Amino acid sequence: MTQVLDHATPRRRGRVPAALLIPAGLGLLFLVLPLAGLVIRAPWTTLPQRLTEPGALTALRLSVQTATLATVLCLLLGVPLAWVLARVEFPGRRLVRALVTVPLVLPPVVGGVALLLVFGRRGLLGGWLDATFGITLPFTTAGVVLAESFVAMPFLVIAVEGALRAADHRYEEAAATLGASRWTTFTHVTLPLVAPGLAAGAVLCWARALGEFGATITFAGNYPGRTQTMPLAVYLALETDLESAIVLSLVLLVVSVGILVALRDRWMTSP
Amino acid sequence: MRTVVAVLVAALTVTGCGAGVNRASGGAADGRVTGAVTVFAAASLTESFTRIGKDFEAANPGSAVTLNFAGSSALANQINQGAPADVFASAAPANMTTVTEAGNADGAPSIFARNQLVIAVPRGNPRQVTGLADLTRPGVKVALCANQVPCGAAARTALDAAGVALTPVTLERDVRGALAKVKLGEVDAALVYRTDARAAHADVTGVEFPESARAVNDYPILALKDAPNPTGARAFVAYVRSAPAQAVLAEAGFQAP
Repeated sequence: MTQVLDHATPRRRGRVPAALLIPAGLGLLFLVLPLAGLVIRAPWTTLPQRLTEPGALTALRLSVQTATLATVLCLLLGVPLAWVLARVEFPGRRLVRALVTVPLVLPPVVGGVALLLVFGRRGLLGGWLDATFGITLPFTTAGVVLAESFVAMPFLVIAVEGALRAADHRYEEAAATLGASRWTTFTHVTLPLVAPGLAAGAVLCWARALGEFGATITFAGNYPGRTQTMPLAVYLALETDLESAIVLSLVLLVVSVGILVALRDRWMTSP
Repeated sequence: MRTVVAVLVAALTVTGCGAGVNRASGGAADGRVTGAVTVFAAASLTESFTRIGKDFEAANPGSAVTLNFAGSSALANQINQGAPADVFASAAPANMTTVTEAGNADGAPSIFARNQLVIAVPRGNPRQVTGLADLTRPGVKVALCANQVPCGAAARTALDAAGVALTPVTLERDVRGALAKVKLGEVDAALVYRTDARAAHADVTGVEFPESARAVNDYPILALKDAPNPTGARAFVAYVRSAPAQAVLAEAGFQAP
């Protein structure tokens, strides 16, 4: 059996049909060429100087801070949500699972409008928050975190739920028979068991939050130092200074590629 | 790999040829306007140019006007990056200059309208805003356009002229963005063009203020050099400057140049 395979493998490799190879190559070019264009057109000589401009640094710092806070929020809310979806049988679970992933396909600007209608000053909850606690979320850094969390949380929930479903139940059952409480089982057995999936989900969630544009500018507005994140800075730089927009885009590209490459090697390698 | 590149080049050539054919068919030789006329226009021209486009089509049977509205600076960038447009109508001369300096103009731009800023407040003016100084009262939230777009630059000029130091809660990417935040009730006021406030009169009241005279925006229009339909481009520019189109603009709240 193995001998047959050994013979077949190289022959099959030599007969890759052109009908597949050509569109595959075109597809690859289509995805990679725009990224290459960014690298080729980047003003490399003035790059360090443009990167250290106060505006760019402020936006980058704000982006990293808000994306990190959004990831923390997503972990606090998303992990329990993923656990419930993976481990608790309840009617309408499929509907809930579908609803949780809606922000994945929803245009982010629609998410921003929806957030405004709920958390805005005249919103369902926003009006009450404003009147009772004097809390307004639009145009604040907290608003940015909220917008980013809305768009990024599905990435975390999907990754963690998948890991929970794949994890071996018997460890949890063993812990329970040995007298561990449900909470101890969750923190000492379940969480370590799904740690790789959790980490991958958190990193994807962070990367998505970092790149968030539509919901942020719609819900949180655009003000340097408070709500102007990197993607917003890129958009406005495009209005006046193409070179600056390219430099800022390049930073986001490098960060995104770095994250995905690291993820592929560590956690997402398929057999 | 070589095959892939060859196929890609072939594909690009074919689409390139297609564009060439379109170019030849746009605009009849006898000066009659036919075919598609693509107009890139500032966001603040949305209502008036939509009407002017329809009137132009009625006056030139066989023509079809396609309108692309966005911030003037974004449009200027798109044109300089090779977007196939026939006409560019900008909300500020500065954005027109970036197009002419890039060598994309067919002739010189001409001013066809002027616009002034007003303070847009929710209908009924609940905060009793009567001038720029009221916008600095504590608790009054204001949206401005970002400095990079014409309405933001004009707002900055007007505020400086009035000696008012104002910290907005947001700097929006175009005038419609700022206006939307007033309509939604998320801000108490925004500095927008008089024409935008008038277009949104169902939700918004425009409060005039004297310093706006110091920040009048000139709207230039231009036929583009690489226009796919050069006859249509020139005819549209001429039409915008004609009496019927000027009447539409005046009704929208623009001033004559």
